[in-house]
Amino acid sequence: MKTEEIKALIEKALPGVKLKLVRESLLVENAADLPRVAKCLKEDPALKFDYLSSVTGADYLTYLESVYHLYSMEKKAGSIVLRARTDRANPRLPSLVPIYRGAEYQEREAYDLYGIVYENHPDMRRIFMWDSFEGWPMRKDYEQEDSETLEAADVEWLEKRGVKVSDADRAKAEELRKTGKRAVAQKPTGSPEA
Amino acid sequence: MNKGEISPKNEVQHDGQTLEINVGPQHPSTHGVFRMNMVLDGETVVSLKPVMGYLHRNHEQIAENMSYAASMPYTDRLDYFNSMSNNFGWSLAVEKLAAIEVPERAQYIRVIMAELTRIVNHVSVIGFLLNDLGAFFTPVLYAFREREKILDLFEEVSGARMMCNYFRFGGIKYDVPQSVLERIREIVDKFPKFLDEFETLLTKNEILCMRCQNVGVLPAELAVNASITGPMLRASGVNYDIRKVDKYSIYDRFNFKVPLGKKGDVYDRYYVRVLEIRESLKILDQALKEIKPGEIMNKKMVPFLKSPRNFKPPVGEAYGRVEAPKGELGFYVVSDGTPQPWRYHVRAPSFINLTILEDLCLGHKLADAIVILGSVDIVLGEVDH
Amino acid sequence: MFYGYGILQGMWVTLKQFFASYFKKRGQDGALFTVEYPEQRLPEKERFRNFPFLIYDKEPENLRCVACDICAKECPPKCIYIVREFDKDGKPLKRPAIFDIDFTVCMNCGICEEACPFEAIYMDHEFEIASAERNDDLLYHKDDLLKSNAYFHKIRPNDATAVDAKLKEAEDKKKAAEAAAKAKAEAAAKAPPPPPPAAPGTTPPPQPPKPAV
Repeated sequence: MKTEEIKALIEKALPGVKLKLVRESLLVENAADLPRVAKCLKEDPALKFDYLSSVTGADYLTYLESVYHLYSMEKKAGSIVLRARTDRANPRLPSLVPIYRGAEYQEREAYDLYGIVYENHPDMRRIFMWDSFEGWPMRKDYEQEDSETLEAADVEWLEKRGVKVSDADRAKAEELRKTGKRAVAQKPTGSPEA
Repeated sequence: MNKGEISPKNEVQHDGQTLEINVGPQHPSTHGVFRMNMVLDGETVVSLKPVMGYLHRNHEQIAENMSYAASMPYTDRLDYFNSMSNNFGWSLAVEKLAAIEVPERAQYIRVIMAELTRIVNHVSVIGFLLNDLGAFFTPVLYAFREREKILDLFEEVSGARMMCNYFRFGGIKYDVPQSVLERIREIVDKFPKFLDEFETLLTKNEILCMRCQNVGVLPAELAVNASITGPMLRASGVNYDIRKVDKYSIYDRFNFKVPLGKKGDVYDRYYVRVLEIRESLKILDQALKEIKPGEIMNKKMVPFLKSPRNFKPPVGEAYGRVEAPKGELGFYVVSDGTPQPWRYHVRAPSFINLTILEDLCLGHKLADAIVILGSVDIVLGEVDH
Repeated sequence: MFYGYGILQGMWVTLKQFFASYFKKRGQDGALFTVEYPEQRLPEKERFRNFPFLIYDKEPENLRCVACDICAKECPPKCIYIVREFDKDGKPLKRPAIFDIDFTVCMNCGICEEACPFEAIYMDHEFEIASAERNDDLLYHKDDLLKSNAYFHKIRPNDATAVDAKLKEAEDKKKAAEAAAKAKAEAAAKAPPPPPPAAPGTTPPPQPPKPAV
């Protein structure tokens, strides 16, 4: 079925849900409607989209987005793509884990890399990075910290455990602390000749 | 076993003290740096939580700073056993995005390489499963003897045994000379005899049957709900093979069956893989008969071989998926018109197949949990991308 | 059959292999297939790609590289570092002064070989380059990377012949174009000065070109 037909079907079955057609995919305008739309797609006898293939997070500078690809294993039918948007300051989206169990690890990955918190997820914690990691690595404004330069907190941690820190390192850490900056890694620039 | 509804706080009733142990990350049987936090009551698994991320290389962010063709060698390193399948997935995704056609001969060679990769993977996985069971390395080395012949072939065709970097957008990099096709024909003709010998060694072995049957049973509804794909899904009885559903590349020209299992236990997953090797041999046989001389690269994409940094696909997005030997490998790419992709995501089958590891292992012993992990068939490069 | 028959069948297979390994020759079923490296080696395949090297034509001074920096831009892990050479007046020359490749970063993908427009960098077959030090030994400079065209012919004869043919064709075309331009210049110098322009209305209109028969 074409995307427009599926859109019409959902709008008929669930009145009040606003959908928009974006580049062959359906944008669920109110993110709280997402579980209802997914349940409708899964249980409707004409569609039966029972297989959630992929959950992806994406960063579009003014908003964060979560993209879902659904297929039907029963009818061996093609894909429908759903999108849900949220803002960057406090990104929250409803989780699809109660409907599709396969979203469990993928939503954890989107949380780990982008910071999108999925409500009603049974186990919302980081999956690739360690639990006390700060920052959301895949966002476009993420700055990687320089692993060679010590900061004031690192100097303190080392000295508490009896490691001798050289005076040069300590001076640099103090400088960084005064300006309030973090030690940011330089991006590789390649050859100087452009 | 629950039938499709989730209950993440699965707990087996136990009385007495429990022991919490770490299996991994350094462990000979976890197929890489993979950790499982297990809580045991005696030897029975009470809860199991996988912990991953020890091989996380942020491949998706690396690709955002490179041209599309420069990501191709990085996709080799995702599932490092099956580099040709990963290349296939990525070139399919970009060809969908930019609407690039692939000439006939290149399609045939792609299918031949993909099926050879499938054979290599399945035969090695059976060997590693037997390793986990305790048959220390004999089946592995029998499997590797055949794998060596195929890897030598990959070296002759693409330049490297494992990190092939062979596919390009619009075709393949080097042509395959007739002598190499003769060698593939020899391998395909000799393989059934080796497979019969391998099966005599394994299939009716009482130790294998006792340890693998009724262990780690995966019901079909739970498999579909948990997004399981690949031989694991087909062993539970669900008939879903992307080569038959999407008919990507030229798979609709070949005549092959999709083997299905009945119970979904470890033995079924092993046997489905053996049957899939036989189907791959059938596909190879047909492809070698039908291949004809021709071009190997789309004419419009030939200039971009020399200057990959000038390849700018149109604005849009695409999701290209292939039936990799481990499951459905998908690449989601969003382009903004510049030579670097805006968003690049890998849908890794091993990562998602681990979702129900806990469900499968509850109530079994520790030794069974290792065997179940071996039958899920993970490779850490993919799990952590 | 009886319980335990499967195990006995498997053991029969391994027993057969055990005895066959004494009597079969290499290449047959059941023979030993170990190649005792380093005394015995497998034959090298032509397309095998390991680390890159630079080609020079007759002597190391005539290297083909012109320091265009394309391989450094295309390299995925950015392991190539090039600095162009300047002569004593400050004019840039078509040679690299510094050409460094960090072999600890290089991932042997071969994209530098594909991208080079001057056939200057190709993938070598050398793989026995392990070093004892961690950091500096595997950073190869221009002198370590330069190898002759004769060496290229030895390790990759088919590719080297194709490259030589292509370069010769380009060279011949350039010479032919130069000769044609020179002949045209000489003919223009010897010809009489052109006639003064005719009054309008007397020059015949230009004829369309006659179709070839």
